[in-house]
Amino acid sequence: MSQFRIPGKGRVKHDEKVTFSFDGRRYEGLRGDTVASALLAHGIHLMGRSFKYHRPRGPVTADSAEPNALIGTSRGAGRFEPNTRATVQELREGLMCESQNRLGALSFDLGAVNDALHPLFPAGFYYKTFMWPRSFWDRLYEPVIRRAAGLGRAPSEVDPDRYASRYLHTDLLVVGGGPAGIAAALEAARAGVRVTLVDETPEMGGSLLSDPEVEIDGQAAWDWLAAALDELRARGVRLMTRTTAIGYYHQNMIGLCEKLTDHLDTLPENAPRERMWRVRATRVVLAQGALEKPLVFHGNDRPGVMLAGAAQSYLHRWGVKVGERAVIVTSHDSAWHAAFDLAEAGTKIVAIVDTRAALADELRAEARVRGIEVLAGHTVTGTRGRLRVASVTVNPVENGRVGDPRMLHCDCLLMSGGWTPSLHLFSHTKGSLQWDEASRTFLPGRMTEDCHIAGAGRGLWGYLDALSDGAEAGAAAARALGHAVEPTGFAVAHDRPGTGESHKELPTDRRSHRVRAFVDFQNDVTAKDLRLAVREGMRSIEHVKRYTTNGMATDQGKMSNINGLMIASDAVGKAPPEVGLTTFRPPYTPTSFGAFAGYKRGATFEVTRATPIDAFAEANGAVFEPVSLWRRAWYFPQGGEDMEAAVARECLATRGGVGIFDASTLGKIEVAGPDAVEFMNRMYTNPWTKLAPGRCRYGVLLGEDGYIRDDGVIGRLSDDLFHVTTTTGGAARVLNMMEDYLQTEWPDLDVWLTSTTEQWATVALNGPKAREVLDGLVEGVDISAEAMPHMSVAECRVAGFRARLFRLSFTGELGFEVNVPARHGLALWEALMEAGKPHGITPYGTETMHVLRAEKGFIIVGQDTDGTVTPDDAGLGWAIGKKKPDFVGKRSLARPDLVAGGRKQLVGLMTEDGAVKLEEGAQIVLDPDQPKPMKMVGHVTSSYRSATLGRSIAMALIEDGRAREGETVHVPMPDGVVRAKVTSTMFYDPDGERLKL
Amino acid sequence: MLLIHCPYCDQTLPEAEFAYAGEAHIARPEDPSQLSDEEWRDFLFIRSNLKGPHFERWRHVHGCARFFNAVRDTVSDRFLLTYRAGEPRPDLSTPEAAQ
Ligand SMILES: [Zn+2]
Repeated sequence: MSQFRIPGKGRVKHDEKVTFSFDGRRYEGLRGDTVASALLAHGIHLMGRSFKYHRPRGPVTADSAEPNALIGTSRGAGRFEPNTRATVQELREGLMCESQNRLGALSFDLGAVNDALHPLFPAGFYYKTFMWPRSFWDRLYEPVIRRAAGLGRAPSEVDPDRYASRYLHTDLLVVGGGPAGIAAALEAARAGVRVTLVDETPEMGGSLLSDPEVEIDGQAAWDWLAAALDELRARGVRLMTRTTAIGYYHQNMIGLCEKLTDHLDTLPENAPRERMWRVRATRVVLAQGALEKPLVFHGNDRPGVMLAGAAQSYLHRWGVKVGERAVIVTSHDSAWHAAFDLAEAGTKIVAIVDTRAALADELRAEARVRGIEVLAGHTVTGTRGRLRVASVTVNPVENGRVGDPRMLHCDCLLMSGGWTPSLHLFSHTKGSLQWDEASRTFLPGRMTEDCHIAGAGRGLWGYLDALSDGAEAGAAAARALGHAVEPTGFAVAHDRPGTGESHKELPTDRRSHRVRAFVDFQNDVTAKDLRLAVREGMRSIEHVKRYTTNGMATDQGKMSNINGLMIASDAVGKAPPEVGLTTFRPPYTPTSFGAFAGYKRGATFEVTRATPIDAFAEANGAVFEPVSLWRRAWYFPQGGEDMEAAVARECLATRGGVGIFDASTLGKIEVAGPDAVEFMNRMYTNPWTKLAPGRCRYGVLLGEDGYIRDDGVIGRLSDDLFHVTTTTGGAARVLNMMEDYLQTEWPDLDVWLTSTTEQWATVALNGPKAREVLDGLVEGVDISAEAMPHMSVAECRVAGFRARLFRLSFTGELGFEVNVPARHGLALWEALMEAGKPHGITPYGTETMHVLRAEKGFIIVGQDTDGTVTPDDAGLGWAIGKKKPDFVGKRSLARPDLVAGGRKQLVGLMTEDGAVKLEEGAQIVLDPDQPKPMKMVGHVTSSYRSATLGRSIAMALIEDGRAREGETVHVPMPDGVVRAKVTSTMFYDPDGERLKL
Repeated sequence: MLLIHCPYCDQTLPEAEFAYAGEAHIARPEDPSQLSDEEWRDFLFIRSNLKGPHFERWRHVHGCARFFNAVRDTVSDRFLLTYRAGEPRPDLSTPEAAQ
């Protein structure tokens, strides 16, 4: 039996031992222990080193607000987690944990030199030191200070666990399974409401678990609790433990993170480690209780100094005495009860030191009965003890004067600075907070959501009040949901109501520069830091927070916010509500990335769209690239080819014979109806009226601002039917834009728009042999040059499949695009491959497609344009129907900015040395010798090695580019300036001879 | 996540089904060529950017795909009401609208 465990006491299973290790040493704990309770049972308080000063620290809480006892936990490869609160982590067999942020042993930390040097680390230290010279960064800050100040080490392996996510709809969500939450759930469930009750801990009950002496309706607290939970279960209430409400979002959506396996000895096969719930609740009851505040005095962070409520929890929940000799320092009645309970359990209470001069007679009487010395109207001015508190110095305070010190020997110091309603979730809703001068704390004010706040969460204290308030909240929720209900009353015996005072730092007789009174334990912020921040000009609480980092640690200031505010407002000389509270943000407690990611990782990170021909590419060794959500064949390496060699081969084969390309990702929209041609005239820049059925045209789509949004070849199949193609990435955008105009600007037009991107598989054949490949497979249409000229479209059959056959070219070669119903795509591809075999048909990927189009100066919208490029800028002025009275973007083409000189125009660039390929995105200057910063006149948009031309080619947007044709421009790069000549974008076959086959 | 009422489907559904589509009641001019540069600039770029009830367009893109109008309070991020495209701008001062 561990020295500090009380046999039979607590809710742990005394007959079920669990072994674990801490910093390599094996320990025994009990089923139901947390790491903190198990170590405390062995008398171990020292569990970590502080963030900045490496001060020895022990647990100060017994719950999720813990700032000090942060550990790394592990259960094998990939399952290491840093910064876990030892007060939350449940023991499991074989759990390995380690202390953090130490250089050397936990008991002798080399980094503690920071503590001796603390005058060097004042508030705003980082802001101030960052002013120092650059060289200090490399030699001092990064290697030394960064390493010395910090939390645990980040995991370095891939997380092998799975994380789940679910939705839940419920009439009433109750957050917090303490007395108020249980009373609310009971009341609502009895009225017939569908209720979900969640609690972050492994067990429902909240403060009742730490107060077994209380009697409710004639039953001992724990019996009442068990009966209440049984009733909730019987009434179908969903009870969720180990489930933290991490955030409260719009319209009663609450995020819950449920921990499923961290407490289990062995991992169940395929069980998720955590599950994120997105809950939509019609009503919400927040019954999150209150958080105990520390008192702020010199040495209040020493191991063994702990919140009184935490000591009470360790005693009753885990059967652990936190020490043999305790001094209580408090400004609230609640700590007295903790003292009495500890005294019963055999801990010597050296004294109850209360900052208040006037004390309740009953408390004094109970202390007297137990023989406990009471020091009213006292302050604490210091503690001693290297790795554990050994003594505390207390002084009387009279009329603001601190009297003579007295030293009390102890092995633990239990403090209480009163209680702060836990309003984090309420703050997420932007509900307003109201300062309550009587309790000197913030209470919930105006609500923005359909929620109720009950119990200690709105400043009530004592079990009768919490239970009654919870029941009233449950009844109110039930009424709001249409159920008639009157809340039941409770009878509570041995209740523990109480009051208290809130303080800034406690008065002291020490010289101020020698006081190390911590406000934010996790970020090592002292009261002095806060006052310094105000002296140095910070007035807003948000500035004080950022300058000192008070409340910015992973505990989000659960313990430090109000104390910090009291001190800052005193320093500023304003009332606390005028200084205000900093914002609480989700998540309530640190939440794993895995829980947020859920299923969205690895192969299921996002949707992968595959074309009907994907299987061929896969089987033929294609290298893929992602294009919007599609995975597209990038190139088809053969033998040991690298990308450059493969692309060169594919390009030459296409220009020399025939290449085959999967163009199925092209966006396709069917525009149908009597007014289809009018609609097309209004949407696209080009004129469509005279385009005969069976012909197609390259169309340009502008935004209303006159800039190019999309392009594509559009075929007219009949008077009232257009087959529109869009860029791969633009399909959804273009359809949205078309729908927008059709639905809201021109609802009078009789037109139907249908996305057909996924209905058609599209195979492009390009090269002088393209017709020969196709010839024997086409039925129902003559594809001779005379019968089917360039830019034609026909409905026919290809390889036996119903097809829309386009003659068009994105390569400058004789080209066809065959569209067949998607389910026949692969069969069509295979038929074309078979027919092309005698002609050396070569599959090519997107890279070759890009090179071939660039050799012809065809743009890629989004690569050669960037949302600020007009048709004229891109050299597409010819595509504008000048006689049309209007089309989307037409008026903008006359905007002053768009007709002014100096616009960037798309041109070709040829490097002087054809072996040099420019980098896409590289900036262009006219004079490479000008002083920096140089005037940049444009940038490279596309750049490739052209196997056809035996040199590199590029396109670029350059100011007044077309007028510079023939001039030399300069592209400064890290390893020298590249000279290039401005050319036409038409690098290959400028007269289009090759289309005339 | 907000809940939005689609006036076509007559259902209140999660925000993820919808897409924002800019300020409402900005009609494309009948004949843009008649507009001065300033008038056209205002049509293109000048928006009210209100603090408070804001008339705006949404599309039930993963549902019926219809564009509709909404009034949303930009302070509370609450939808006050939604109505079909083409319907007149509601008068928020009337009690029916305030509902
Ligand atoms: Zn709808």
